[in-house]
Amino acid sequence: MASSNQPTLDVSNLRVVRSSNEILKSISFHAAPGELIGLLGPSGSGKSTLMRALLGVQAISSGSARILGSAAGSPPLRGQLGYMAQGLAVYLDLTVEENIRYFNGVLNLPFYEVSRVLDVVALTTFSQRLVSTLSGGERARVSLGVALLGSPPVLILDEPTVGLDPILRRDLWGTFNALATAGATVIVSSHVMDEAARCARLLLLRNGTLLFDGTPASLLAVSDAHGYDEAFEHLIEGTR
Amino acid sequence: MSLRRTLLTTRRILEQLRHDPRTLALLLIVPTALVGLLAWSLIDRPGAFDAVGPKLLGVFPLIVMFLVTSVITLRERTVGTLERLFTLPLTKAEFIGGYAIAFGTLALAQSLLVSVLSYTWYGLAHQGIPWRISLVALCAGLLGTAFGLALSAVAHTEFQAVQFMPAFILPQLLLCGLVIPVAQLPSVLRAIAAVLPMTAAVHAIAPLRSNQYYVGQFAVMLAYIVVALVVGASTLRRVSK
Repeated sequence: MASSNQPTLDVSNLRVVRSSNEILKSISFHAAPGELIGLLGPSGSGKSTLMRALLGVQAISSGSARILGSAAGSPPLRGQLGYMAQGLAVYLDLTVEENIRYFNGVLNLPFYEVSRVLDVVALTTFSQRLVSTLSGGERARVSLGVALLGSPPVLILDEPTVGLDPILRRDLWGTFNALATAGATVIVSSHVMDEAARCARLLLLRNGTLLFDGTPASLLAVSDAHGYDEAFEHLIEGTR
Repeated sequence: MSLRRTLLTTRRILEQLRHDPRTLALLLIVPTALVGLLAWSLIDRPGAFDAVGPKLLGVFPLIVMFLVTSVITLRERTVGTLERLFTLPLTKAEFIGGYAIAFGTLALAQSLLVSVLSYTWYGLAHQGIPWRISLVALCAGLLGTAFGLALSAVAHTEFQAVQFMPAFILPQLLLCGLVIPVAQLPSVLRAIAAVLPMTAAVHAIAPLRSNQYYVGQFAVMLAYIVVALVVGASTLRRVSK
């Protein structure tokens, strides 16, 4: 486990090239335990690729990504990173509990972890329902539940709130905040700029380049804007 | 390789099928009904069912398990569960082993159901040893699973996966000795048929051959299973380029 003064994420000059397309161009940043980081950017800006590179499922062309002191994708990290993919990545033809139980077993965690996680994502009453019969928001919570198994020190959540109603989004952000307060490094991607205000720190990505790394307040200050949408427009158009 | 994680994967796959009773019913009832239909249609020709019926026991598990495995593993790739599993401590061997055990078990259940009904209700008088038929069915099921895993990497949609069935299965069905005895095929086709996995499955069921002959047929099937599983494993990439 990383101690509190050691960065949990150490990304330097990370480059990802996929079939001669440069998806990420020299990305560098650090993250510490307890940080809630919003990874914002328009569709196609490279958010998912960056997250997948951190998880070790996307090959890195040059530069490095180290997580908890190990290179991204190295075996000791398997199970240390909670991941919620955009496509949800749960079995639609299993019940909520069967999904959580399977991933819990793969992680070799004690059985009570299943009921703890079901409780955290408020799905205890749905535990016997097939995931295919659930609404979009409930499905997202199943996927989040899998990511939370074993309380991993790093959580990588790819657009977890997309398409959800405002109440559910607020509740999920409450959960992300609580996880960061408990000491986890939480990275949440979104293309909804309004969600920026909910993070202590923002990373803005455009065309594979990190445009901004700082607090929401400083984003408004540097871009001389009245809202996050406007700030984002200013930043993107200013560098075009 | 952890047996625990392998068996957890097997259990998860069987749970998925349990929630899909229609697929499960198709897996078990269709082959049984087809063999029954064949027995009925040959009822006025003594000995005809005894000659053809058992061969089907080696053909059905291959076809059915091929279809089910290719679709279900393709789904793991497209839905993202495979990628999620690769961020967790699950190895390729455990993943593939889980599938092999799940569908091997189903192939056995399918063959037991078909052979019990064949020997009783359908009136089969085959001069083979029933356990050998089960062993052939198990191997044929594993063949189908192994090839399904490998081909799920080539198919991009479930629609394509289903289209591979006629491309992969039908040529073997024509050459395996079910339609025309292998010995009566033109020499080139005979040489091809002799090395096809489905032919080995059909030959391994044939009665009254030497032990050496049966061992040879099982060796062909096992070689195909190993090769297809290795190819299937190589198509599962933890890291995408």
